Amino acid sequence: MTSQVPQRPWLQRWHVKPIGWTLLLVGLLIASSRMTGVDVGMFFSNLGQFTDLLVRMSRPAWDYLPVILQPLYETIQMAILGTTIGAAFAVPFAVLAASNLVHNRWLRGIIRLILDLVRTLPDLLLAAIFVAIFGIGSTAGVVTLAIFSFGMVSKLFYEVIETIDMGPLEALESVGANKLTIIWYAVLPQILNQFVSYFLYTLEINVRASTVLGYLGAGGIGVFLQRSLNQFNYSQTAVIILATLVVVMVIDGISNHLRRVLL
Amino acid sequence: MEATPIISFKNVNKIYDNGTVGLKDINFDIPRGEFLVVVGLSGAGKSTLLRTINRMHEITSGEIRIENEPISQYKGRSLRLLRRKIGMIFQNFNLVKRSSVAKNVLAGRVSYYPTWKSILSLFSAADKQKAVQSLQRVSLAEKLYARADELSGGQQQRVAIARTLMQDPKIILADEPIASLDPLTTKTVMDILKRLNQEDGITVIVNLHSVALARAYADRIVGLRAGEVVYDEPIGQVTEADLNRVYQTV
Amino acid sequence: MQTTISKEPLSLTLWRRWQWLLWLAVVAVVYTWAVTGLHFTGLQESAASVSRSIVHGLVQPDWSYVYNGSGEDLVSLILQTLAIAFLGTFISALISVPFAFWAARSGKEWLHVRSGSGKVVLTLIRTFPEIVLAIMFIKAVGPGSYAGVLAVSIHSIGMLGKLFSEAIENMDRGAEEAITSAGGNGAQIFILATLPTIMPEFISYTLYRFEIAVRSASILGMVGAGGIGTPMIFAIQTRNWPRVGIILLGIVLMVLLIDSLSEQLRKRLI
Repeated sequence: MTSQVPQRPWLQRWHVKPIGWTLLLVGLLIASSRMTGVDVGMFFSNLGQFTDLLVRMSRPAWDYLPVILQPLYETIQMAILGTTIGAAFAVPFAVLAASNLVHNRWLRGIIRLILDLVRTLPDLLLAAIFVAIFGIGSTAGVVTLAIFSFGMVSKLFYEVIETIDMGPLEALESVGANKLTIIWYAVLPQILNQFVSYFLYTLEINVRASTVLGYLGAGGIGVFLQRSLNQFNYSQTAVIILATLVVVMVIDGISNHLRRVLL
Repeated sequence: MEATPIISFKNVNKIYDNGTVGLKDINFDIPRGEFLVVVGLSGAGKSTLLRTINRMHEITSGEIRIENEPISQYKGRSLRLLRRKIGMIFQNFNLVKRSSVAKNVLAGRVSYYPTWKSILSLFSAADKQKAVQSLQRVSLAEKLYARADELSGGQQQRVAIARTLMQDPKIILADEPIASLDPLTTKTVMDILKRLNQEDGITVIVNLHSVALARAYADRIVGLRAGEVVYDEPIGQVTEADLNRVYQTV
Repeated sequence: MQTTISKEPLSLTLWRRWQWLLWLAVVAVVYTWAVTGLHFTGLQESAASVSRSIVHGLVQPDWSYVYNGSGEDLVSLILQTLAIAFLGTFISALISVPFAFWAARSGKEWLHVRSGSGKVVLTLIRTFPEIVLAIMFIKAVGPGSYAGVLAVSIHSIGMLGKLFSEAIENMDRGAEEAITSAGGNGAQIFILATLPTIMPEFISYTLYRFEIAVRSASILGMVGAGGIGTPMIFAIQTRNWPRVGIILLGIVLMVLLIDSLSEQLRKRLI
């Protein structure tokens, strides 16, 4: 009846794993704090300046609002165009990266590698480069957002494609339809709603992103954000941030509603 | 003279906030050391009935006494002390899946420790020994250092029973303890409960779907339908036909 | 009576049939607005030649910048970037826990006032631009990676708090119930049941957020908050394309490495 009590394994007796992970974590934390010069005291000794800034931000200059309406529109326009262009380019890449449609492992691997590489680049970094190429203005912003959403959307898209039901495809294949016909009649109807949903989701993210792109000269509200910050005009900064918040929330709301209707 | 029952229900009613009736005029006593099986369809109020005994659910009116003490007055520490003497077993075992069996079993002992000690897992050597003994009673001592989610369903339920034993319970409530198990492990788990009942004199109250199992293990069967006791007989007088009444709809 | 019965479905089918036309019109209006609103003027003549020199720089990166022992080289600054992301995410994860419990729905509360307010606060934090936070913290602690750490710590709360609170809402309450029924008090339930149940998910989300933080830490330097972003923006402004090339290469490798490392850790966790 009485079963054998086991010997505690060596690893557990000395708590090797938890102690190892804790030491690693503490080591990394200490190294990181030394490398970044984190100093709790410094934050509190400068707290006066910080609170001063907060106080000034807490009094938004509402008369600045009419000035920033146009750039706010521009921000949304940039996001819409950038997302659309990015998504349009993403579709063929997504098809080529989907393992159930493309059986050539090499082609798929190369396409995925390209997509992975694109996704590693932060949006502001792209913006800085495209401002250098296209000059200051919304063109750089649109291109940045297009590339940024291309990387994101193509991954979301090919993951959707990989989940489709292969039945209709095989039916069309068996009657000898060509690849494009198959995609049009068998793939597209299955994924259209999810595509639109992911498109809207990307648009939400791009609206958020586009509000700061202008900080580096890539058009939209960010230009004014940078201006107000450089002029230490924090009451204007506050208006810009509040207006951005409202825009982002409205877009999120519309997009969430549409996505719920779609799915 | 008849001994006082360990649990007694008097005119117990439970109405949920949304108006549904959970329990309706429940009246019965459970003598010490009984193996009671509550049968009924799902939604009949079995689970609610069980949970009113350790106050995991509150009742709307009436009185529940445990060892002749009305339990509705308990609060804070006294409520926790009440719960300490009532062990509970669940359908889904309710273990911390990623912790070791030892940790899960020791957790059953929490109410014997001050907060700070249990938070730091400073359990005494005696209680660690007790954990091994509890596991031995469910024949699982060899899994002491295994992770809970490495065990099969039946084994997890046995760990849960070992955890409950750490409370030194006088009563064990088992809410559909075998609903997620296959027939073979079902027998193992029910046998363990029966043994605890007979060897330790623990009063056991089990909710079951299966009438066959109820007849195999119970000293007495109570049938619930729509929150009402529609059947209450000692095992000697249980007949199949009578029991079917419990399962009639409306 | 008769007419209303037959009319209803007819108008409904009509609506269904022509609904797409309405959507098409809406989409057309939105796109017309978007395209006509933007003016693509200011396009530089030099765009082509600049692009060419960028590509040229990218294929001939400035290898000498990789390591020169000055502490201002690529390796040192990449490490600093990782340090900003790591410390910021760690601090943020700690602060996010109480926020998450604030914003998690619990069924018991009245009209979700508590969780609703928590969710609004998290949305506000999430929407507040990270670089503005960085600039604000630069005012407080001066330019450098400390400001970056603070910006990442605060900004990440918005997302981590949301992910954590969803994890709490969806968690298995079984272990909590078991400890409650064994007579445990609130603190015991939390430490012995809630935390061990939820911890793997919290850690997994924190790792995921760390991946994102690495990306943002590499651009925070563009506003002066430390890390690799500072030499990057400087190299772009001075048109030092070989330098830009090597930094881009460094960032890409760093992100790929961290992503795959974190992904493997997360797979082992869940």
